[in-house]
Amino acid sequence: MQVSYYPGCTLKTNAKNFETSALAVLDRLGVTVQELEDWYCCGVCFSQTSDNLMQQIAPIRTLVKAKESGNRQLLALCTMCYNTLKRSIEFIKADEEKLEAIHKFMDREATRFYGNEVEVIDILSLIKQIGLDKLKDAIVKNGEDLKIASYYGCMLLRPKEIAIDSPDDPNIMEEIITAASCENVYFPFRTECCGSYQIVNEPDIIKDRAKKIVSSAIKNGADLIVMLCPLCYYNLDEVQIEIQKKDQSFQTIPVLYFTQLLALLMGIDPDINDFSLHSVDPRPILKRKGLL
Amino acid sequence: MTKNRVISSRKIESEALEQLEEISGVNIYACYQCGNCSASCPAVEFMDIPPHQVIRLAQLGFIDDLTGSETPWICAACITCTVKCPRGVDIAKVMEGLRQIVLRSDFEHINIREIDEKLRKKLPQIALIGNFRKTIL
Repeated sequence: MQVSYYPGCTLKTNAKNFETSALAVLDRLGVTVQELEDWYCCGVCFSQTSDNLMQQIAPIRTLVKAKESGNRQLLALCTMCYNTLKRSIEFIKADEEKLEAIHKFMDREATRFYGNEVEVIDILSLIKQIGLDKLKDAIVKNGEDLKIASYYGCMLLRPKEIAIDSPDDPNIMEEIITAASCENVYFPFRTECCGSYQIVNEPDIIKDRAKKIVSSAIKNGADLIVMLCPLCYYNLDEVQIEIQKKDQSFQTIPVLYFTQLLALLMGIDPDINDFSLHSVDPRPILKRKGLL
Repeated sequence: MTKNRVISSRKIESEALEQLEEISGVNIYACYQCGNCSASCPAVEFMDIPPHQVIRLAQLGFIDDLTGSETPWICAACITCTVKCPRGVDIAKVMEGLRQIVLRSDFEHINIREIDEKLRKKLPQIALIGNFRKTIL
């Protein structure tokens, strides 16, 4: 099986360990991942306006490159990229006139993209497509003693047109966690927003959100939180340290990329996870549970 | 919403309201004020006008009050309100429309040099770019 891969900016910088762990996991599952030869910033936030076509050009350009790659599926690991690329496809499919106008702006592209030629896929759906039995076969360590809180955030679930699972009550992460031998912890804040880019201007909102989300996972007995969004990751990992500086009674919990946990369970060299990038050190709990 | 506002047909037929409908592409009149959006909004406690009141004020043409409010800048487009709306009103797009009305006038966008250097180097790019596209100075 072969897919094209769109990394986006953050996976090449802050979230390198997300990329390395995800690629190693997919390699174990027998997927050939081909990074696009040329790709552009997706724009991060999908333009929600009906009239600003300029903001659609960058994601569509990337989709043109994906079409030229010849692979049917384009893997987006970053959930912000997934959301923007997927919604841009919905946008052009819904309005031929706008698609035509966007094409007129793209004079360097020899190929035209119409919306159905490439399927943008997230890693969870890709793992399910490969098959949970195949995943089970690749798991070599026992995670039965590990209680995992899966945090979805927004970008994989909303709006519902692009949702990978039910926007209200998703279960795809938990299904994979079960197949990977760990125990699931359901907590009420698992699909709630972490505050996103407001970390730049309104950090108090993020502290409020992070505290509620993290405390809810701890209260329900989680050992670890796993997620797929590099921005949620920053807001929940780094911000915990800031909360603790002001509130000594605040209890922290390590945050891992979903693929880091899978890589550990598959017995892949733990160095690829680069735990030095984490603010809340996950190594003590991982050692206690026999994963390191 | 303690401020007294006078409802008039002139306000309801205002150009600003037309602009908001055009940018967002949303039929705001579908809203019947059930309040699900405000109940589900994770950032509502930081807003000066809750989302359902934003829609009501928009229906009545009080666009200046909305563009002058904190609410559109607190909204981080998590789209929970839109998913929860029983009438299919895309409230997140209305918030974007309000932001755009301001951003398309002469307000300056964020100056990267004004963000604390230590924070700037630590933040993921997706936080910075999202912030640049959605906020003002």
